[in-house]
Amino acid sequence: MKIEITEQKRPVLSEEAKAEIQRVIKQYPEGRQKSAILRVMHIVEEEAGGWLSPDTMDMIAEILSIEPIEVYEVATFYTMFNLQPVGKYVFEVCRTGPCMLVGSDNIITYLENKLNIKVGETTTDGMFTLKTAECLGACGYGPMLQCGEEYHEYLTPEKVDELIEACRRGEIKGNKVV
Amino acid sequence: MGRKLLLEHADVPGIETFDVYRKHGGYRSVEKALKTMSPEEVVEEVKTATLKGRGGAGFPAGMKWSFIAKPEGVPRYLLCNADESEPGTFKDRYLMQYIPHLLIEGMIVSSYALGANQAYIYIRGEYMFVLRIVEKAIAEAYEKGFLGKNILGSGFDLDLSIAPGGGAYICGEETALIESLEGKRGNPRMKPPFPAVQGLWQCPTVVNNVETLATVVPIINMTAAEYTKIGTEQSKGTKLISAGGNVERGGVYEIELGLSVEEFIYGDEWCRGIKNGKKMKALVPGGSSVPILPAHLITKTANGDTRLMSYESLSDGGFASGSMLGSGGFIVFDEDQCIVRNTWNFARFYAHESCGQCSPCREGTGWMEKVLHRIETGKGNMRDIDLLADINKKIEGNTICPLGDAAAWPVAAAIRHFREEFEWHVTHPEEAVKRNYGMLKGVTA
Amino acid sequence: MVKVTIDGIEIEVEEGTTILNAARQVGGDIVPPAMCYYSKLEGSGGKCRTCLVEVAAGSERDPRPMPKLMVSCSTQVQHGMVVKNLTSDRVKEARAGVTEFLLANHPLDCPVCDQAGECHLQDLGFENGKEGTRFEEEKRTFAPRDIGDKIKLHMNRCILCYRCVYTANQLTNKRVHGVLNRGDHAEISTYIEKALDNEFIGNVIDVCPVGALTDKTFRFKSRVWFLKPMNAHRDCPTCQGIATVWMFGNEIQRVTGRKDAYGEIETHNGKTAWLCNTCRFESKDVAQWTIEGPRVINRHSVISQGHYVLKNPLEDKSTVKNLK
Ligand SMILES: Cc1cc2nc3c(=O)[nH]c(=O)nc-3n(C[C@H](O)[C@H](O)[C@H](O)COP(=O)(O)O)c2cc1C
Ligand code: SF4
Ligand code: SF4
Ligand code: FES
Ligand code: FES
Repeated sequence: MKIEITEQKRPVLSEEAKAEIQRVIKQYPEGRQKSAILRVMHIVEEEAGGWLSPDTMDMIAEILSIEPIEVYEVATFYTMFNLQPVGKYVFEVCRTGPCMLVGSDNIITYLENKLNIKVGETTTDGMFTLKTAECLGACGYGPMLQCGEEYHEYLTPEKVDELIEACRRGEIKGNKVV
Repeated sequence: MGRKLLLEHADVPGIETFDVYRKHGGYRSVEKALKTMSPEEVVEEVKTATLKGRGGAGFPAGMKWSFIAKPEGVPRYLLCNADESEPGTFKDRYLMQYIPHLLIEGMIVSSYALGANQAYIYIRGEYMFVLRIVEKAIAEAYEKGFLGKNILGSGFDLDLSIAPGGGAYICGEETALIESLEGKRGNPRMKPPFPAVQGLWQCPTVVNNVETLATVVPIINMTAAEYTKIGTEQSKGTKLISAGGNVERGGVYEIELGLSVEEFIYGDEWCRGIKNGKKMKALVPGGSSVPILPAHLITKTANGDTRLMSYESLSDGGFASGSMLGSGGFIVFDEDQCIVRNTWNFARFYAHESCGQCSPCREGTGWMEKVLHRIETGKGNMRDIDLLADINKKIEGNTICPLGDAAAWPVAAAIRHFREEFEWHVTHPEEAVKRNYGMLKGVTA
Repeated sequence: MVKVTIDGIEIEVEEGTTILNAARQVGGDIVPPAMCYYSKLEGSGGKCRTCLVEVAAGSERDPRPMPKLMVSCSTQVQHGMVVKNLTSDRVKEARAGVTEFLLANHPLDCPVCDQAGECHLQDLGFENGKEGTRFEEEKRTFAPRDIGDKIKLHMNRCILCYRCVYTANQLTNKRVHGVLNRGDHAEISTYIEKALDNEFIGNVIDVCPVGALTDKTFRFKSRVWFLKPMNAHRDCPTCQGIATVWMFGNEIQRVTGRKDAYGEIETHNGKTAWLCNTCRFESKDVAQWTIEGPRVINRHSVISQGHYVLKNPLEDKSTVKNLK
C-alpha cells in the first residue's frame, strides 16, 4: 500500500473545539496528555472537514507536545482517520461476515452503481465517499452503514435511496466545509 | 420467561437518565458496598458468584481482582473494555446505549473493591454516539455525588471518564487497549508482566468487559448466594447474547445460562427461527473467532445431549465437535450460505486487524486470506486446503497475543467440518464464482 | 544464581537473565537465533518469534512443562528450568514456520543486496529454511527510498523488528521515522519526506538485521566479501571512535560499528560503542584512522567462508529470475 500525501493547511479551531480539547486532556494525569490523542484527532478531524493533512497532524503534535511521527504512527494505525480528502458524506458500509450473510455485498454494489464510484472513491461533486468498514456492532440489524456518527440499519435499496436523498436535501449532518 | 438481571428496566422510558434509573433501584449496590462492605468483602462476593469475564476469555473476575498488586503509593486503575469489535458481538453497545448508569454503577463498586481512584472506559471510536450518551450519564453521576470526592460520605474517591478508540479491533485485547489509552499504536504487549502488576502507565491495572462490570451490580444487590442459584453447574447467572445472521429476529437478549440452544434459536421469546423459513446450516456461537458448528452439532452435542447456552455445554467435545461461548455473539447461517466465502471473509477481517507486530500473525493471516480468496474465486487447488491447515498450525500459539489463534481457529474449524465444500470450490471453479450468497438476490441499481 | 539446563548443558546464571542470554553465555549452536532482540536496546524483542524455545520444565518448584513455545529473548530463567532448543522437534518446526513467514513477502533479492553475506535473515534461511517456497501469492512491494542523503531504505526487505525505531528513540533526541500502517501493510517510514539527520542516526544501519537500511555512501561500490574488515579507531569528540573499517586495497569503502558474534555493537570502556555519523560517513580516509589489525569475522556470516554462494531457499530460481 502506497502512502499518498495531500497537503492542506491546518484548520482554525473553533472556541468549542479548543475548550473540548483542554477538557479531555485534563482527564489524564499531569504529563500524560498524549493519552488524549485519539479524542483530539477525532475533534480536529471534524474541524478540518473530515480528514487529516500532514500539517493538521503537526498541529495535533504541537497541542500534545509530542513529535509529529508519533501522530503519523497513530493516524495510520487506526482505520477511522481519513488521511486524504473525503466527500461531505462518508458512507461506511459494514462488510463483515454477519452483515454479508444478510446481503451487505449487494448494498455495496448498489451504492457503487448508484453513486457511480468504487469503494474508496469520492463522487466528482464532492458529495459522497464510499468506504467499507469491519463489523460495527450492529450485526443483528444488518445490512448497515455508518454515516457521520449515525447508524443506518436494515438497509434495502429503497432505504439507501432515501438516505442519499436526505443527504442531498441537507437533512443529515455532513462534514464541515472548510 | 427467563429472569433479567441487567436488562430488566432497559425498556423503561428515560432509563438513561439518573433520576429514572435511580427510581428503578439504581445505585443501590453503591450504597450497599460503600456503606456496609469492605473492599475485600466485595471481591469475595464476586469470587463466590464465580462471575466469568464476559469479554470472551471467561476468566473469573473475582480471581483477576485478587491478583492486583498493591505497592504503596502507586495508583491502581480500573479499565472498562468497551472496544467491542468481535464480529457478531453488539451487546455492550446495547447496554451502554440504553442503560449507561448500570455500567457506571458497576464501575464504582468494582473500583471500590480494587482500591482504584481513577477509572476509564475505552470505547471503540465508531461508537461515538454511545460515548456521548455515557459521557452525559457520567456528568450526572458526578452531579449527584456518586463520582468524585468522598462518594456518599464513605471517604472513597473515584474519577471516571470515557475515551474513544480510532478503529482497531486489536485494541480490545487488554494490553493493546492499555497502549492505545496511553496514546500509542495498539500493539499488544508481551505478558508477563501482566496488567495486574504493570498496566496503564506501568501501574497495577484491571481490565474488564462492560457486561462483566455491569453484572457486579446484581451480584452485590442480590448476594452471590442468590445469584449462583441461576444458571448451570459451571455457568452462573445470566448472559447477554447478540444474535445476528440469518435469524428471523436478531438483537440482544439476556438469557439465563443453561437455556437450550434450540429454544434460543427457535423460541418466540428469542430469535424466532431462521429467516424466510429456511433451514439452519451452521452456527458460530461466540463471536467470529470461535469454531463454527455444523447443523448436526448445534442443538445436540456429539454425545446426543441437549446443547445448552453455557460455557461448558458449548465447549463440550472440544474443538473436534464443540465450540465456545466466547463473547456470546451468535452468528446463524441458513442453508444457502457459503462456508468458504464466510471463512475467507473472516480471514480477511483478521488480516485487516492484525497489528503487524509479530511475524507469524502479520504474514500468516495475510497469506491465509490470499489463499482463501483464491479458493473462493475458483482459482484454488487441492494442495491449498492442506496448506491452509499447515499455516494455521504455525500461527497458533506462536504469537504475542491471541489474535493469531483467533485468526487460525475459524479456518481450522471450517475445514474440519466443511472440507467437502472447499473441495467443491476447487473442482467447480466456474460455479463457485457464479453463486450468489446474499439474501437480496440480484439487486443492482 | 539460578541453574538452568539448555539442550542438556547445565549453566548457572544471574537471576533475571533471559533464556537467550543464558544460552549466549554457553555459546555455540545452542544459541537461538534472534532477529529482533538487541540487548543494547531497551524494550526490543518478542516480535520476530525466531527465538522460540521449548520449556520442558518450568522450574524446580514447578517442574511442569510450559504448554506453549516461549520467546527465549524475553522469558526469564527460573531455578531448575529445562530448555530445549535444537533438541526439540517442535522448536525446529515452529522456527521453520517463522522463517517461511519472514521470507513470504521478502523479495529474495540477495544477489543485488548490499547486506548479502552479513544478513541475519540469510543465515536464518540457510539454517532453518525448507527447500523452495510455498508462497505463491503476489508479494507486497515498496519502492526503495532515500531517507536523507546517507541512508537508503529498502522496505521490501524489512522484517519489522523495530530495532531502528528503538535506536532513534534511545540514541537521538528526535525521532522522525517510525512504523506506519498495520498488519502486513506495516512499514518503516517518515510519512512525509524527512531526512534522518541526527548525529547518531547512522546506527540504524548497524542494528538492522537485514538489508533494509543501508549506507548510501557505500552502496554499489563493492560486495562485502571482497573487502577486508579491519579493526580501527580514531579520536572523536562525539563518540568512542571504535569501528570496523572495510578496505579494498588501501581504500576505506565503508565504516561500521564493531559487532560481536550476535551482530550487536560491542561494549568498550563500559559503554556501547555506537558510532557517530562523522566517523561512519565522513571518515573514509585511511589517515583519519589508526588501524589495529584484521577483524575476525564470527560464526554468523558467510563472509567468513571467503566466498559467497547462493543457498536454499534463497536460490529459488523462479524468484531470482524476476529480479530484472
Ligand atoms: C484480539 C482480541 C480482541 C478482544 N476484544 C475484546 C473486546 O472487544 N471486548 C472485551 O471485553 N474483551 C476483548 N478481548 C478480551 C480482553 O483481552 C480481556 O480478556 C477482557 O477485556 C477481560 O475482561 P473480562 O475478563 O471481563 O472478560 C479481546 C481479546 C483479544 C485477544
Ligand atoms: S498476534 Fe497479531 S495482533 Fe497479536 S501482537 Fe502479534 S501481530 Fe499483533
Ligand atoms: S528497517 Fe531494519 S531495523 Fe528497521 S524494522 Fe526493518 S528490519 Fe528492523
Ligand atoms: S457484521 Fe456488520 S455490524 Fe457486525
Ligand atoms: S528475538 Fe526473540 S522474538 Fe525476536
